[in-house]
Amino acid sequence: MSIHHHPDDATLTAYAAGTLSEALSVTVATHVAICPRCRARVRTAEAVGGTLLREAEPVAIGADALARAMARIESSAGAPIDVIERPAVADKRLPAPLARRLGTSLDDIRWRWIAPGVRSHDIAVSPDSGSLFLLRIAPGKTMPEHGHGGAELTMILDGSYSDVTGRYGPGDVADLDEEIEHAPKVDSDIDCICLIATEAPTRFKGVIGRLLQPYFGI
Amino acid sequence: MTSLLVRIAEHRDRDAYQDLFVHFAPRIKGFLMRKGADSELAEELMQDTMLSVWTKASMYHPGRGSASTWIFTIARNLRIDRLRRESVRHFDDVDDLEISEDDTASDVTVVAQDDAVIASQERQLVARAMQDLPSEQAQVIRMSFVDDLSQSDIAERLSLPLGTVKSRMRLAYIKLRQALESEL
Ligand SMILES: [Zn+2]
Repeated sequence: MSIHHHPDDATLTAYAAGTLSEALSVTVATHVAICPRCRARVRTAEAVGGTLLREAEPVAIGADALARAMARIESSAGAPIDVIERPAVADKRLPAPLARRLGTSLDDIRWRWIAPGVRSHDIAVSPDSGSLFLLRIAPGKTMPEHGHGGAELTMILDGSYSDVTGRYGPGDVADLDEEIEHAPKVDSDIDCICLIATEAPTRFKGVIGRLLQPYFGI
Repeated sequence: MTSLLVRIAEHRDRDAYQDLFVHFAPRIKGFLMRKGADSELAEELMQDTMLSVWTKASMYHPGRGSASTWIFTIARNLRIDRLRRESVRHFDDVDDLEISEDDTASDVTVVAQDDAVIASQERQLVARAMQDLPSEQAQVIRMSFVDDLSQSDIAERLSLPLGTVKSRMRLAYIKLRQALESEL
């Protein structure tokens, strides 16, 4: 897989700082999982966090803090190491962080009809942590021209599309500035499936609204 | 500090753990309090962070940089999990992936020792590069890593367009990366 479009360095830095909402964070992780370039960049940004932790003003800890910590490691000694189970990835198009969320292959997704040639599938995230969903668009379809109100990330999982900013295929991420207006056209002969994250939950309505607008005139 | 972590990982060395705790515990607590946690909560999260350092030590690997960077990511994830009540499994999935890649390295111990040196250089370089940042760039970096503010929150606090916050953060990042690449 050759990746041509990566998240903005500012987005990777925010991911490393832990300040992206869950929806955006999962989308970055999904890309980072298959992109060694961005993984290295995230590690560099995390080193900033490490430096700031080292430089943090030390404050007094509880008088029994060390004794407590030593007791805790002893009682944890026999316990299994806190290793998480790897998600069962049944679909090569799904990097691990997304495979875990979906728990199914892309072929078994239950799609919701949005408009002719456009279907979507909501992915659960914690309350107040943005919205995350898959969008499936038929070949040749052009999405209505739209801008981006706030933070929004799109990662292509299958198929491809093109717009004024370039061509996007599997693994690519569109991390567009607010100012950019674009009208992506699916140029693959298969459906284009992408993962979309928006910052605020209300943004979801915005995106769907924009999609519906040309069909229903709302 | 990184060598302490290697001793914990390889030999479950309690003396090394104690040294690591004495050094990091007051800083982790201070770091968390700076983010708005009260003393009691910060102490709790600090204890949980340090317990994770022990239980996950074998998952620490060279690619993760210095001990303080790795501990930072543990504290970051615990904080998101407890305070924002959001899932952090996706961070673990990315780490897990790197660990399986490292497993293929032929001589892990040698790599780890070389890397301890690199990690300590990295630490100094980042610290220096941070000091050299223009104040407006250092400010957005601190607001995100220390105060835990999103880019939109920073934009609101500073009365700046989101695009300006993003470009300051991007510029800061580029400078830090250049500093690391030119020296390592
Ligand atoms: Zn990338």
